[in-house]
Amino acid sequence: MALVDVPHRGFDEDQRDDTERAREIRPRRRASLGTWILRLVVTAYLFLLVAWPVSLIVQRTFSEGLVELRGILDDPDVVHALRLSVIVAVIAVVINTVFGVGMSILLVRYEFPGKRLLSAFVDLPLAVSPIVVGLSLVLVYGGRDGWFGPGLESAGFQVIYATPGIVMATVFVALPLVIREVVPVLEEIGIDQERAAHTLGANAWQTFRRITLPAIKWAIVYGVVLSLARSLGEFGAVKVVSGNLLGETRTATLVVEEKYLNFDKGGAYATAFLLALVSVACIVVVAIIRPKDDTP
Amino acid sequence: MTASTLTRGRSALSRRPAREGGLTWVSGLGLGITMLWFSLLVLIPLAAVVATAAAGGWDQFWTTVTNEQTLAAIRLTLGGAVLVTMLNVVMGTAIAWVLVRDRFWGKSVLDVLIDIPFALPTVVAGLVLLSLYGAQGPLGVDVANTRAAVFLAFAFVTLPFVVRTVQPVLAELDRDVEEAAASLGASRITTFRRIILPALAPAIAAGAALSFARAVSEYGSLVLLSGNLPFQTEVTSVRILSSIENDNRAGAAAVATVLLLISLLVIIAIDLLQRRLVRRG
Repeated sequence: MALVDVPHRGFDEDQRDDTERAREIRPRRRASLGTWILRLVVTAYLFLLVAWPVSLIVQRTFSEGLVELRGILDDPDVVHALRLSVIVAVIAVVINTVFGVGMSILLVRYEFPGKRLLSAFVDLPLAVSPIVVGLSLVLVYGGRDGWFGPGLESAGFQVIYATPGIVMATVFVALPLVIREVVPVLEEIGIDQERAAHTLGANAWQTFRRITLPAIKWAIVYGVVLSLARSLGEFGAVKVVSGNLLGETRTATLVVEEKYLNFDKGGAYATAFLLALVSVACIVVVAIIRPKDDTP
Repeated sequence: MTASTLTRGRSALSRRPAREGGLTWVSGLGLGITMLWFSLLVLIPLAAVVATAAAGGWDQFWTTVTNEQTLAAIRLTLGGAVLVTMLNVVMGTAIAWVLVRDRFWGKSVLDVLIDIPFALPTVVAGLVLLSLYGAQGPLGVDVANTRAAVFLAFAFVTLPFVVRTVQPVLAELDRDVEEAAASLGASRITTFRRIILPALAPAIAAGAALSFARAVSEYGSLVLLSGNLPFQTEVTSVRILSSIENDNRAGAAAVATVLLLISLLVIIAIDLLQRRLVRRG
């Protein structure tokens, strides 16, 4: 029926087609009682679980005007923690982007023994407890009795209870995010254009830069934004490996916990507000980017 | 992701000359560097956890894991994770349904809300929930330091998983079959049960597995919210952390191995489910 009007149903047009058809075919029946109940239940659930609690943190932060916010921004230890969090997150995102894109291309475009196992293991960091991540890094890179730690330390390179350890923990937990975004897109675009470029004499680098990279650009951006939010907010793994030294290895998320437990609730809410602001901004940016991604 | 990588990769391979699917020296070098990095960061550290747990022998491992307080923590974690996964199967599917099939003002706001628990730092998530459901919350309910708090935190952090796995599958679903069923006299419930649900089942299961894994491994959102009372609200991750802080690394590694085993099982389950998903699609 409606299919006649739409001779070519592209992959990305499916959803729009469906909603258009839904409007054509059953304009009245959709908004039945059941639909209203479902709509109400879902909205109420999301309001109570996410929207209301998150909005309260804004309210708590600004309940006394800008006092709390100014208070934490004047505290050199908090500023240090915020700066450390940002530096660690940026380094982690850069590492994860470079290796994520490389890993995605290897997983999609090449055949090698153990590929299946590798592609399953790439998802592992999403399912492992951050505390276990921290423990595993301490066991290997711990300066006192880790597998590699004493050797690295005698070479003058401290990992655990220092910034490199925090970076490693952060890279670990955010590892799959870029890969999960890029792999489906690489599969989707296929290899025809890359082969054409190859036939026309382009070398591997030119093919990647001129053909592959533009096609996966938005997937990378999406993965980067998600990784940034995740890296900035990592808590459990960082808590284990950082040693939580005030003014040295204490990150912003650790400040939130410490302030709250020391009855400085205003400071905890203000710091949490800053972190929430960044992560919500990331989500909104992604929401704006995504439709562009769907309609090339 | 993993299974689709495999199946499509293979079909693409049969279409192209063997030379391109194989490794050139550049891609071989890339693979080597990537594997070295992946091993140093993920594989060797995780192996160290298992090795440390195994170093004390089976008896010591078993004594640590069956310690009463540890068992209580594992029971609470698994129980909470199962309950919250069931909640997510129902609510996640309902949310995905509303997001894909319904049209109303403000729907895109709901879509953004789904991702917030994923991006919000976990410790902030705990604080956020505490501000509504804690002692001075405007609702007047106080769940802080109770088991309800553990469940609440689980529900918050696992919210996106079922929604985000079901949503794309539901959007791709062919409406013609549903219309055919409806025109043949099937009620909406019958259509949902017989036509839509079977098509969504693998996606729901994959989302459920992810949300189960996330709940089992949760730590950050519970720190401020649940009080971490032994035998009451102490979850497995907290138990491991207290072992680490008491410098009992063997004990920590033993319990961590149990968690790792659960993660691994979930990863395998997702891999198998996604392969089924690909075969159907």
